Amino acid sequence: MNLHEYQAKELFARYGLPVLPGQVAVTPEEAGDIAAALGGTVVIKAQVLVGGRGKAGGVKLARTPEEAVEKARDILALIIKGLPVRKVLVTRAVDIARELYLSIVLDRSRKLPLVMLSAEGGVDIEEVARTAPEKIIKWPIPLDGPRPYQARALFKPLLQDGRQVQQAADILMKLWRVWSEGDCQLAEINPLAITTEGKVLALDAKVSLDDNADIRHRDWESWRDPADETPGQRLAREKGLSYVKLDGDIGCVVNGAGLAMATMDLIKHYGGEPANFLDIGGSSSPEKVTAALRIITGEPRSRVRAILFNIFGGITRCDDVANGIVRSLEESPLGVPLVIRLTGTNDEVARKILADHGLSATTSMDEGVRTVIARAQEVTA
Amino acid sequence: MSILIDKNTRLVVQGITGRDGAFHTRQMLDYGTKVVAGSTPGKGGEVVHGVPVFDSVAEAVAATKANASVIYVPAAAAADAIYEAADAGLGLIVCITEGLPVRDALAAWHYVAQMRERGTNGKPRLLGPNCPGLISPGQSKVGILPGRITRPGPIGVISRSGTLTYEVVQQLTHAGLGQTTCLGIGGDPVIGTNFIDALTLFEADPKTEAIVLIGEIGGTDEEEAALFIRRRVSKPVVAFIAGQTAPPGKRMGHAGAIIAGGTGTAAEKMAAFEAVGVPVARIPSEIPGLIAGALGRRRSHGTRVTPGRAKKKVASPARKPARKAKPAAGRARTAARPVRKPGRPTPKKSPVRKTSRSRRPR
Repeated sequence: MNLHEYQAKELFARYGLPVLPGQVAVTPEEAGDIAAALGGTVVIKAQVLVGGRGKAGGVKLARTPEEAVEKARDILALIIKGLPVRKVLVTRAVDIARELYLSIVLDRSRKLPLVMLSAEGGVDIEEVARTAPEKIIKWPIPLDGPRPYQARALFKPLLQDGRQVQQAADILMKLWRVWSEGDCQLAEINPLAITTEGKVLALDAKVSLDDNADIRHRDWESWRDPADETPGQRLAREKGLSYVKLDGDIGCVVNGAGLAMATMDLIKHYGGEPANFLDIGGSSSPEKVTAALRIITGEPRSRVRAILFNIFGGITRCDDVANGIVRSLEESPLGVPLVIRLTGTNDEVARKILADHGLSATTSMDEGVRTVIARAQEVTA
Repeated sequence: MSILIDKNTRLVVQGITGRDGAFHTRQMLDYGTKVVAGSTPGKGGEVVHGVPVFDSVAEAVAATKANASVIYVPAAAAADAIYEAADAGLGLIVCITEGLPVRDALAAWHYVAQMRERGTNGKPRLLGPNCPGLISPGQSKVGILPGRITRPGPIGVISRSGTLTYEVVQQLTHAGLGQTTCLGIGGDPVIGTNFIDALTLFEADPKTEAIVLIGEIGGTDEEEAALFIRRRVSKPVVAFIAGQTAPPGKRMGHAGAIIAGGTGTAAEKMAAFEAVGVPVARIPSEIPGLIAGALGRRRSHGTRVTPGRAKKKVASPARKPARKAKPAAGRARTAARPVRKPGRPTPKKSPVRKTSRSRRPR
């Protein structure tokens, strides 16, 4: 789960990281009130879960509360990379002398946490990694975290000034606790700002949480914003299915993540465009199958023209899937053609269930994919 | 022959009294796996499908001389199960459980790795978490892979996936290409056995003549495997990468299957294999043909012949790992790894940072 900036800053503040005081507003008037309470110049920032907010006009300065109302109104009307802005964060503005980049991620190759630091802060770090990778310092740290003296040594060449080095090192030690105790996949400060007064601050905050760790973080649920999800995504999460919406017109329901990806690839290979990734998981009950069809067909402005089931029975029983399909079609008929590929555990039983309801299934994945593409084209024509 | 498991594997099932544990114990017994014990805290003395249950793995090992374990416990208890199995002295620990917090998996990984460094014969070895386990056709199966799609033969299969592995193995079997061992290494970002470890084992296994490697988006394990193949693997390898159409930044089901920060794409991985002469199947159904071709060439020439190496004289005998490409491999390897600044700070010298590579048994 990715956190909004204001949520990430909330998390940062719990660990004592220096973030600027601020509050979230959902209306321009609220933004004005917050600006008045903060006093002086404020920054108004769109709260959407994508990068490049600044470039899209989602970050603006306001000198007065009146101006804050105006600017907040503009930002709240924006749609950034397809996401409507529904909240803004209003914080005090500061004068910045320098901007650095600091983050902690997992280094999958070394199996160690990795601190990334760059003097090129405030810009897209992926861009820096592409164009000037030598400007990013990468430091794999021990499993039990960095030592303060190591953190000071890391910043010394960049900051020189002893007090700034001390502040930055302290920030890294706290960011480590956020990453480790907070079960983050990514904890990022960009920019890590040095103000003209020599203070070091976390001006922005980006946090991605390890979803598998939600078993020990009850508070995470409160950070989930229903409005950040499409109806399909919400249903998928509630039913425990892995789902990613794509732009194509061929829906697919598959058991297993690898096979689901390979199915998408095969659709593309044979000239189609997959509409989604959807893994119904290992022990798939008929209920999950019904939910899967509702997820795919229930998206607003759905472009889906045909749906493919690709099931390789192992723990998943093909008869369970067949029963799910039959039941689902009885409840509400599909508006689009359905192509079924089944093989593995109980596939003969499944084929009989389907045949009793006038449905058929192929055993070959390639054939299933070619057929579903042909059906989709018939619908188009 | 086979790798990791065979007729002598004596298995303890951790979490045998649970729904999944009991179900798959039945399946493994039916396949012929020697399931000698089960363990569930507080349920010692029970019997599941004729298998005695113990309160702890240590007791199970003492009573039954088990030498491997498979884990079906819930995610919150899975890391503890790994520690318990390692401390009980088991040589192979297969963690089927999905959904381990990365922090737990990371700690368990280091624990097992350190124990392996002190131990012998590359033991203990962890497979998974979040993996389907492994099967040596006709001998033993540990985990959840369906036995009936496999048959004994000369192909080694390594995969990050579950059902995609079944798909590929079934296609191999239909094409008459049996397997020595099929190994699912798991879809998590932190896994105990990676491609390089598995390639090392298959290279050393005299019965394995060719290897199928099934990768997917996320991480750089495939890129590292490609460079390893060039330097250390003499047997033919055919690769397939799932996720060619996956969008960046989205987790595709597996916790490890994500294109993050622009790296981990299928295109990069496919290019890495092609650059070292490993044929890459565009679609799964191309794999049997590619592997049959490679196998035929190997059998007639006694050596690996792949496009990238075809220019060179085809001379190195099959037994001897090809090492000629070393200088080039060295360069390529540096380029493919994360860039490190020359002027990096002193903390980088931290002793804990001895890379995982140095721990791997050769």
